[in-house]
Amino acid sequence: MMNKYTIYLNSKRCIGCHGCEVHCKANKGLPVGPILCEITHEPLKPVRGVPKTEYRFRSCYHCEDPFCVRVCPTGAMQKREDGIVFVDYETCIGCMACAGACPWHIPQFNPDTGKAVKCDYCMDRLDQGLKPACVTKCTTHALKFVRLEEI
Amino acid sequence: MSKTVWSMCGMCSVRCPIKVEVEDDKVKWIEGNPHILGGALCAKGSAGNALYNDPERPQTPLIRRGGRGAGRWDPVSWETAIDYVGEKLENIINKYGARSIVLSCRGGPFVDLFKAFIHALGSPNFTNHDSACGRNVHHASLSVYGLGRKGFVYDIKNAKHLVLFGRNILSSLRVAEVNQVMDMLDAGGSLTYVDVRQTLTGIKATRFFQVRPGTDYALLLGMIHQVIKSGAYDKEFVEKYCVGFDKLAEFVEQYTPEWAAKECGVKAKKILDFVDEIGEQRPKVIFHPGWMLSRYKDSFYASRALHILNVLMGNVETEGGQIFAKGPGDCGKKGLRSLDANIPKPEEKRADGVGWRYKHFDKGPGLFHLFYDAMITEDPYPVKALICYRHDPFTCFPDIQAQKEALDNCDLLVSIDAHYSEFGWYSDVILPESIYLERDSMIATQKGPKPRFIVRRQAVPPKYNTKPCWEIFKLLADRLGVGQYFPYNTIEELWEWQLEPTGYKIEDFDEKGFVPLADKPVMYDRDNLEGKFKTPSGKIELVSSKLEEVGLPSFKPYESPLHPPKGQFRLIFGRAPVHAHSHTINNPLLNELMPENTLWINWRAAQKLGISQGDLVDVMADSVKATVKAHVTDFIHPEAVYTVHGFGRQVPLQSRAYHAGMADQKLQEGLLLSMDPAGGGLCLCEKFVTVRKSPRNPKRRVEL
Ligand code: SF4
Ligand code: SF4
Ligand code: SF4
Ligand code: SF4
Repeated sequence: MMNKYTIYLNSKRCIGCHGCEVHCKANKGLPVGPILCEITHEPLKPVRGVPKTEYRFRSCYHCEDPFCVRVCPTGAMQKREDGIVFVDYETCIGCMACAGACPWHIPQFNPDTGKAVKCDYCMDRLDQGLKPACVTKCTTHALKFVRLEEI
Repeated sequence: MSKTVWSMCGMCSVRCPIKVEVEDDKVKWIEGNPHILGGALCAKGSAGNALYNDPERPQTPLIRRGGRGAGRWDPVSWETAIDYVGEKLENIINKYGARSIVLSCRGGPFVDLFKAFIHALGSPNFTNHDSACGRNVHHASLSVYGLGRKGFVYDIKNAKHLVLFGRNILSSLRVAEVNQVMDMLDAGGSLTYVDVRQTLTGIKATRFFQVRPGTDYALLLGMIHQVIKSGAYDKEFVEKYCVGFDKLAEFVEQYTPEWAAKECGVKAKKILDFVDEIGEQRPKVIFHPGWMLSRYKDSFYASRALHILNVLMGNVETEGGQIFAKGPGDCGKKGLRSLDANIPKPEEKRADGVGWRYKHFDKGPGLFHLFYDAMITEDPYPVKALICYRHDPFTCFPDIQAQKEALDNCDLLVSIDAHYSEFGWYSDVILPESIYLERDSMIATQKGPKPRFIVRRQAVPPKYNTKPCWEIFKLLADRLGVGQYFPYNTIEELWEWQLEPTGYKIEDFDEKGFVPLADKPVMYDRDNLEGKFKTPSGKIELVSSKLEEVGLPSFKPYESPLHPPKGQFRLIFGRAPVHAHSHTINNPLLNELMPENTLWINWRAAQKLGISQGDLVDVMADSVKATVKAHVTDFIHPEAVYTVHGFGRQVPLQSRAYHAGMADQKLQEGLLLSMDPAGGGLCLCEKFVTVRKSPRNPKRRVEL
């Protein structure tokens, strides 16, 4: 299954406000604990007299052949036709084997539901023709949701 | 049942327009109004539902039991609370007169209601927090243009160069404005940033001046000198509209770029290059006049210098410059009806002395901190009641102990707030307001090149026993026998009454969430601005007649700020994008991102004190001490230490924020009356603190 989507951060436009992280949590109604995307930056370095840095955005890589899917004992962790790796909450038992198998520990534990939760590109929104929460509400419109076939 | 509600965010005072999706009385989604913000919102804006669900906010009216600040409360009904406040106020009015009641708020578009309430009682004492925020900027603007700080809006998007002196515009953020800044940068615009430290804004700059704390004014004088000397200013504009240019030129003669460079610790060549650049780019050059400039003893004059540089750039009423804020009248429309305008103005003089003792200040909200003086001295008369709406003086103003001593002379302290404020915790009565998602507001006017009417609409019913402020003040007014000035029983009636002269209906807000009053930007003829400047001379006053009249200089000779003594630092404070001062520290989702603040300290200074990254440090003023982690960095001036404002809260019911981090204002001992006599703002960065590595040994700890 080819991945169809990615989220691109225009680092020049990002202001490091961490809005996207909260937009994501608010959309999924997540409690304190799981954070599904993260803005990070390198230590500042002077460039022509101005201390500068680059921002990075990370949610989930939606791997071609995801370890989390392979290791999941219940089949809750799945990869969709369009490449989205998501948790089926009905089936998930919260064993968190997925997090252990993922090289970046991307799946996280949701203490409210006792199950795993991870970035699913807001597939419920995508299916309604909308964009992911983090992209829609990014403070500076620095995040772009990209359909790879379009490139 | 699902519905879409157009409203206004209330997580900070920017009040961005929002669209809220509601299902079965639950908030499902909040986004920035797509017509204005294209969906964008900041982190705080998305944390609104977390505030709604948070039980750690006042849930019902509370009346104090036991001593002030003891934290023992009787939950009461609204009837009891209103009656209690009403009776206390009645007694105060009978004994001392209505003038001894002060009402303070946080400014903003909805002040008509609060002004109306205090004026209806017969007191002139309406005020707000601004003497610890933007008063210097406001008064500087008045002195130059005769128009306040809101008299202009900045067309940053179309500017070629934005110059920011300590205005951390991408952290203390307004969603629409940050997008303008990013659009300007995307289009190849320049950003010059001046500060004592590097910030989230500074890292986007094309030019960065790290200056010694307190020397902004010197850099500005050097810039004005060079702009005039090199002829980089708009001669035609200055000749046509300004008075006092020759005096200005004469005054800045001594302040060469070389002098400024030395004073500020920057390179003179950089100032010369800067002036060359803006000379080419004007008039599309904007010097932001500052936002929170209650900082140094010359901040008012620094802000005047910023306004003057705008004038020299000739950037008035031009694309990419500063544009007169237009109202309904400029669009050939009628304005909203005002509650306050229908009430006879109290003739009494203000207890803060503004308007009679201090003739050069704007009488509107006066100067909050001066009421403390009146509470203590009873000069000009006793002040016996303070009602704070949404305003927390213990977080805004310095030296809490000094404030408490003054407040102890009051017979009644009331906090009307959706949050527990520290002042509220010390007060006698807390009247809990519904949070922004739970309440409607009056309609307000938002001025600008394209003015509009705006309104906040209730998205969900109040979760607790709280009320919107339009109802709280109406209940109080009825109880005190002045209900006739509030001609409504429901918000719908109030809207109808407000809108009546305009011809609009509340349904007109349903399409986009606001009512636009113009399709295209309304611009005055730049060659014909006579009558637009409201100074006594009708001109842009580089030499200010109002200042000179009261014996204050239009141009203040520069005085070099003191260097902190050994082991001490100048305490600087600011904002982070995930918090709005103290209001959000206890919000679960925002607290998760930033649960406490740190003390930024220059690495060389830290090294001398044996402080490493992450060490606990004690920050000490005269009698107050705070302990936080050190953030050791290259990117702050060695004379300064910096922290994010709003932390160090002491309301036990805010369990996440309680005692987390440090509170700069608590360390600012002795600064409560440190007012700039010309600008009216406090000088909150004029405090040296001692820093040491905390004697707590992190490695050794016994437990028996
Ligand atoms: S919301 Fe947008 S601007 Fe803010 S940190 Fe995230 S990507 Fe950057
Ligand atoms: S936590 Fe859920 S998704 Fe993850 S491995 Fe276990 S069952 Fe599968
Ligand atoms: S795409 Fe959706 S789930 Fe993934 S990080 Fe963005 S908001 Fe969160
Ligand atoms: S800046 Fe953020 S918190 Fe403030 S009003 Fe706008 S969205 Fe709300």
